[in-house]
Amino acid sequence: MSKRMGAQTVSLPSRPGVLAFASIVGQKESEGPYGGKFDRIIEDEMNGQKSFEAAERAMLEDAVRLCVSKAGRQLSDVQLLLAGDLLNQIISAGFAARSLAIPFYGLYGACSTISESLSIGGMLADGGFADVLVCATCSHFCTAERQYRTPLELGTQRTPTAQWTVTGSGAVMLAGGAAAKSCAAVLTHATCGKVLDLGITDANNMGAAMAPAACDTIAAHFADTGRGFDDFDLVVTGDLGHLGRDLLIELLREKGVKVPEEKLFDCGCEIFSPRQDTHSGGSGCGCAASMICAHILPELEAGHLNRVLFLATGALLSPTTTMQGESIPGVAHAVALEHRKAGA
Amino acid sequence: METKSHNRAQQIERYAGLVARLAPKSDMAKGVVRAFLVGGLICTLGQGITDFFAYKMEFGTQAASTATSICLIFLSALLTGLGVYDRIGKFAGAGSIVPITGFANSVVAPAMEFRREGLVMGVGAKLFTLAGPVLVYGIGSSVIVGLIAFFMEVM
Amino acid sequence: MILMYVKAFIVGGILCAIGQVLLLKTALTSSRILVGYVTVGVILGALGLYEPLADFAGAGATVPLTGFGYALSQGAMEAVKSQGILGAFTGGVTSAAGGIAAAVFFGYLAALIFKPRMKS
Repeated sequence: MSKRMGAQTVSLPSRPGVLAFASIVGQKESEGPYGGKFDRIIEDEMNGQKSFEAAERAMLEDAVRLCVSKAGRQLSDVQLLLAGDLLNQIISAGFAARSLAIPFYGLYGACSTISESLSIGGMLADGGFADVLVCATCSHFCTAERQYRTPLELGTQRTPTAQWTVTGSGAVMLAGGAAAKSCAAVLTHATCGKVLDLGITDANNMGAAMAPAACDTIAAHFADTGRGFDDFDLVVTGDLGHLGRDLLIELLREKGVKVPEEKLFDCGCEIFSPRQDTHSGGSGCGCAASMICAHILPELEAGHLNRVLFLATGALLSPTTTMQGESIPGVAHAVALEHRKAGA
Repeated sequence: METKSHNRAQQIERYAGLVARLAPKSDMAKGVVRAFLVGGLICTLGQGITDFFAYKMEFGTQAASTATSICLIFLSALLTGLGVYDRIGKFAGAGSIVPITGFANSVVAPAMEFRREGLVMGVGAKLFTLAGPVLVYGIGSSVIVGLIAFFMEVM
Repeated sequence: MILMYVKAFIVGGILCAIGQVLLLKTALTSSRILVGYVTVGVILGALGLYEPLADFAGAGATVPLTGFGYALSQGAMEAVKSQGILGAFTGGVTSAAGGIAAAVFFGYLAALIFKPRMKS
């Protein structure tokens, strides 16, 4: 029997479960509205390492270790690690996998990496290719600034549409088969997004670059599954930021989708408070990953949320394409998550 | 094919309009006033240093001007190193970019940033990532000016 | 004396305010602003238009990067007078040498002493 539904969606009939999750963030994130919910805060931006890049990968490594120990397991129990990050050649994920010694598939979806890895992880678990696997990602303000923007000490002003790269990491352990039976949060569907580009060239306006992809993936998921906003408690987007979220609402309305705005939760809008002066909000792989591990997944496990559509969004640009004047392609991958009552 | 690319151009144009409508705007008046004040203050400080060298040290005009540049560049390097200059820049924008201190900041910031990539290809090479273009265009155009001046004199 | 400071403040301030308008109105990055200012300074210097401004406003005209460009073109033109065509190549850098050397030297020193920090 085919598990495909419609053009872009697959159903996961065996309902792979979320066994455990862990989040680690930096100081600034810990001072935001969800600051108390993260598992661990790193002391400073160096995280006890000798470079920002080493600090970032140590955070990813620690998030995976913490996630595994929260599940009461050993690293050797994990059959697969699906991870990626923003840095060139996804060095954070590759180097973390070197220390963790878990069989590793590296993924790149820019800031959509966490929902990309959950989609693929869900399919692998549902297909019986893995019983226990970890999906993880991370980002660091200082590494992203130097790769994509300017040196830290350069005296420039950020534009009003700019977003603040989150220093943070999130790891989610998924289980298939018998191990999934005890999980209170399960994956039910995954929708693979198309890469969309509506001509935004301003690298300081990621929200506008990614909003069309988010709109397209939400519409595709609804069309493929016959569901709508009414069927979900929340539709969680990754890091559209304030402008991107406004644009998404506008684009969905143009498509004829009614949007109850209170059901649209953007991690980038929520992670920082307005007084933290991040302009359009948070961004980076670690934004969506740390927020779902700190807030969305716990709420699902507790049954405060029953059904959530989670789509992290990614801007697939590089400094080279920006310099060459190319516009910015965006992508969004969605997973549907549900609360499962004990014994059901 | 023709209509498809036409549609796409239309779509892009419409979306750009939507983004422009919803995007938050920079506060032009506030930004310009801040740039004016900070830029003006840096230049006034420069005038003070120039007067010191011209009157107290009895330097010539050219030498006093060069000494002023060196002093301002030193101050900018120090403030950049201490992590103060980027905060001034956040406040002042072009007010701390346009003066020679901004040029110094654009040399020091990448040099510090790439210290961990080594002293030669890190500091040595990256020192010029932002300031290099300034020297290329400044020196390049001064050579052109010199050549024009030479040929005008000959003719 | 006091008047000179007022003139430096106002002219320097205006040059920076123009830069801010360019930053906000166009998509120019800060390095493009710097390149633009130095090039404009070279051209205005060559046309003899910057000298009156420098005489009027002192550091208000020489501290902004247009003043750096002005020094480059003045140096090149003066050196051509004394050395001929060779001066076109040596004059500009010679007159700006102090600034360039200071930026390289202090930049290197700062990289040895200080470490970059998280932005606030």
